Amino acid sequence: MLQQAFNGLVGGAFYALLALGLAVIFGMLNVVNFAHGACYMLGAFGAFVLLDSFGVNFWVALGLVPVVLGLAGVVVERLFIRRLTPLDPLYNFLFTFGLALILQDLVKRQYGVQSQPYPRPSQLTGSINLGLFEYPAYQVFVLVTSLVLCGGVWLVLTRTRVGMIVRAATERPELTRALGIDVARWVTPVFGFGIALAGFAGVLAAPMRAVNPLMGADLIITVFAVVVIGGLGSVFGSVTAGFLIGLVSALGNYYAPALSQTLVFILMAVVLLWRPAGLFGRPEEVL
Amino acid sequence: MLKVDRLSAWYGEARALREVSIQIDEGEIVTLVGRNGAGKTTLLRCLMGLHGGSYGNSYGKTSGTVSFLDADITRLGPHRRARRGLGYVPDDRGVYATLSVEENLLLPPAVGPDPWPMERVYETFPLLRERRRFPGTRLSGGEQQMLALARVLRTGARLLLCDEPTEGLSPLIVQQIGDILREVKSAGVTVLLIEQNVHFAATVADRHYLLAEGRIVESMDNEEVRAREHELLEYLGI
Ligand SMILES: Nc1ncnc2c1ncn2[C@@H]1O[C@H](COP(=O)(O)OP(=O)(O)O)[C@@H](O)[C@H]1O
Ligand SMILES: [Mg+2]
Repeated sequence: MLQQAFNGLVGGAFYALLALGLAVIFGMLNVVNFAHGACYMLGAFGAFVLLDSFGVNFWVALGLVPVVLGLAGVVVERLFIRRLTPLDPLYNFLFTFGLALILQDLVKRQYGVQSQPYPRPSQLTGSINLGLFEYPAYQVFVLVTSLVLCGGVWLVLTRTRVGMIVRAATERPELTRALGIDVARWVTPVFGFGIALAGFAGVLAAPMRAVNPLMGADLIITVFAVVVIGGLGSVFGSVTAGFLIGLVSALGNYYAPALSQTLVFILMAVVLLWRPAGLFGRPEEVL
Repeated sequence: MLKVDRLSAWYGEARALREVSIQIDEGEIVTLVGRNGAGKTTLLRCLMGLHGGSYGNSYGKTSGTVSFLDADITRLGPHRRARRGLGYVPDDRGVYATLSVEENLLLPPAVGPDPWPMERVYETFPLLRERRRFPGTRLSGGEQQMLALARVLRTGARLLLCDEPTEGLSPLIVQQIGDILREVKSAGVTVLLIEQNVHFAATVADRHYLLAEGRIVESMDNEEVRAREHELLEYLGI
């Protein structure tokens, strides 16, 4: 039971990282990035290709892949998303949705649909005694890393000037410009950062999840539910809901396997009925 | 200091401002009075660069020119205008819920030659010091208005554009706002004030423009406003 809960938190770590990126992007750009799952998948494939073709190890990939994906995100934002933003929001929905399909199919063409193997980094192959049970060291590493990362983003958002500008621009973009802040300048780095987070999650997933072209598409539906449950655009809400959903689906898998796929959406419906703005979507809260 | 020349503005096909020309000199407080829907808010948004163009709402259009401190700012985006010394207090006060009171104050970058140190802000608005850790929108309406004013004063803005700062507030707070406006005026700050309360307007301002259906129809001094107070109030429907 405790072990199941731990599995859930590790799974939740991926939801949290992806939902966090989606939330900051949605907040700052007002764009729902349907390509977020594809970016996660590219992160995992990036790590796979680096190892397979160039012998680059996991640790280097963990640093390199998110940076490259983040920069690619910056280019995409500059070339496409920025130009589509003044038009109907539907254009960016369609654009990111189409981009996701294209990326997925390109990878599928090259590598097929079967899963690619990716070994755990040699330092983390063993298991750790957590007192009550033994647990794979790599999974512990994933959980700790994502908690640290989410906590770091939280600190940046709440304690720094950049974070203050992101919050202000998320809440009232037009007013924030009228108060002397060049909001457009911040939009691109925030988008790139959100994409980099997805790439980071993808690299983290490579040694423990099946690396295949559909891995992002499978995950992202749940992540959208996470973002809605947490409260659209609420960073704190997305992260909390990410871990919560991880827990719920792991425990659901254990006790009611037949229900586990739908459990998340049942939860979403209940939360929305109870609190239409999501768990943490109350605008009067300081994040 | 501010010169608006034949400024017109449209919402799609509907014209909200018709060739508005006004001029404000340094150190003046000038009010803009007019009925609801006359175009007062639209005029302020145009001055701030929030109407039309690549920055404003997509269906807004403008023509005419605006110059500030002897420079043509017609094509500048809102943040550039703010950085030149325009301080905007929007009609809904524009207090951020996700920022604390202190963060609300610190958000806009300092612009003028002498921005206020926080110490001076808190001396002028002691209530804000007490509540500096509260989320901005936890304040009462009057306190939020003070916060919106304090926020642009802190930056050292040279010209304040205030959209009905006294609307819906108690007489005591209206009086406080009047005191603050007179005080900043004596420090050399210029103010364009939208105000329906013409009695109050005559106690703080130097001159008044009357806006009707998007046109400036009259320019009055304080004496004239006092003499015609009843007529004006009736016209404004108050
Ligand atoms: N967002 C908008 N879309 C369309 N028309 C608008 C919009 N905002 C204001 N208007 C119209 O422009 C005119 C001027 O409005 P406004 O500037 O808000 O007046 P005031 O501030 O003097 O009450 C009104 O006729 C109003 O209906
Ligand atoms: Mg108005």
